[in-house]
Amino acid sequence: MIRATELTRRFGDFVAVDRVSFDIPRGEIFAFLGPNGAGKTTTIRMLTTLLAPSSGTMELDGIDVAHDPQAARRRFGIVFQDSTLDLELTARENMTIHGVLYGMRRRELAARSEALLRLFELWDRRDDVAKKFSGGMRRRLEIARSLLHTPRVIFLDEPTLGLDPQTRNQLWTHVRRLNEEEAVTVFLTTHYMEEAERVAHRIAVIDHGRIIAQDTPAGLKAATGTESLEQAFLAFTGTAIREEDASSNDRMRHMARAWRR
Amino acid sequence: MRVIYIMWWRQLIRQWRAKGRLVGALGQPLLFLLAFGFGFGPVFQRAGEGSYLQFIAPGIISMGVIFSAMFSGIELIWDRQFGFIKETLVAPVPRWQIMFGRACGGATVALLQALLVALISLAVGFRVESTAHVLLALVYASLVALMFTALGTAIASVVEDFQAFPLVMNFLVMPLFFLSGALFPLQGVPAALAAIARFNPVAYAVDGVRGALTGAWHFGASLDLAVLVVMTVVLLAASTALFTRIEA
Repeated sequence: MIRATELTRRFGDFVAVDRVSFDIPRGEIFAFLGPNGAGKTTTIRMLTTLLAPSSGTMELDGIDVAHDPQAARRRFGIVFQDSTLDLELTARENMTIHGVLYGMRRRELAARSEALLRLFELWDRRDDVAKKFSGGMRRRLEIARSLLHTPRVIFLDEPTLGLDPQTRNQLWTHVRRLNEEEAVTVFLTTHYMEEAERVAHRIAVIDHGRIIAQDTPAGLKAATGTESLEQAFLAFTGTAIREEDASSNDRMRHMARAWRR
Repeated sequence: MRVIYIMWWRQLIRQWRAKGRLVGALGQPLLFLLAFGFGFGPVFQRAGEGSYLQFIAPGIISMGVIFSAMFSGIELIWDRQFGFIKETLVAPVPRWQIMFGRACGGATVALLQALLVALISLAVGFRVESTAHVLLALVYASLVALMFTALGTAIASVVEDFQAFPLVMNFLVMPLFFLSGALFPLQGVPAALAAIARFNPVAYAVDGVRGALTGAWHFGASLDLAVLVVMTVVLLAASTALFTRIEA
């Protein structure tokens, strides 16, 4: 469903994503696990046509993403790390705009919008403007919206960042249900190991732009002879997971780090 | 077509929910209209130029269109900061449609703003001869609105933060407005000022609206129209090109 081959992106001298390859079959939940600044978001930006790769190829549902971005865009839904809702509009209006942008027919749009808002428990608040929503509700609305045009793939970039445990739990339940019921392929990034372990069929550990390991959670633990994914991760990267912003400062830090090695 | 429509509709809804801003934005034009209109009125009269209010009102109406249109374009910066822009950039539609829909929405809001200024002008004594004049003025004002929304969008596609906005207003729009003949007649001004006005698109915008409303043209109806059409097309093309290049 999603295939990347030797995908690379440079910003000047800094290599944000370095010859990354993976092949995600239909219906799989695939997690990119790594610290911020590891290249997770850059990879998603390339896969979702927002950023051109420096080299390498990407295929989504048999479509070459770089050559036919419009066809690729029709096939995926995305929830970005930061909110992309229009907070001045109501939940339903946000859904409507999305549906029109994706060329949905009026009746189909209304029906699916209602079904999704009900599924994500937002139907009662459908005519409230999004700025009145809590963080968890906004996230749910955003995920509901990303599914409106029935994409075959959804990208979730750190979907649980800043959410409380209850909301996180509920969100993953939704994601898993969608994956089972609608056979949506899920590509998610996270730096929470327990989440990756809980929902993902397969995990790729990424650090400094490179995929270090790629396996099922059980496989990763077996390969390193460790008991938890956290220990496995440490065995691979040799460091604890780091909280960093992918800002220019971090690129500088990355460069400095690379220099010292 | 639906994409252009929905983006237009979004601008209007947002504006409607922020009605206070529409009223707040009236402050400056109102101050200009009342302070200048009545303050300089007697001097203008003594100089044998007739009613200053009659002269300045179309200038202030143009100001309402231009400032509000610029602000609509700048709303793009807002959408970039709050992320909504990404939602439209990953959608499977040509970006020019997104940009054009937004521009039409911004231009409509600018026209509504101008309509409010026009109503206030009428209330304090401005007179228009016939409905035909109003309709003609609407044609000119629409072009002006679209043109400056496009300019605002072009600028907002390049700069990323709000700090640039007052800079643009103070160093680009304000000078263009003050040197446009909105506040004083261009007949008999020093040669340098006349030369500047000749290359100032705002001068043609003001002249078009004023000519249409009152029949007093400086450059002439067809020259105004030609300049406005060309400038609108050029700026729409430029803002489309710049908008398409936004990387989110």
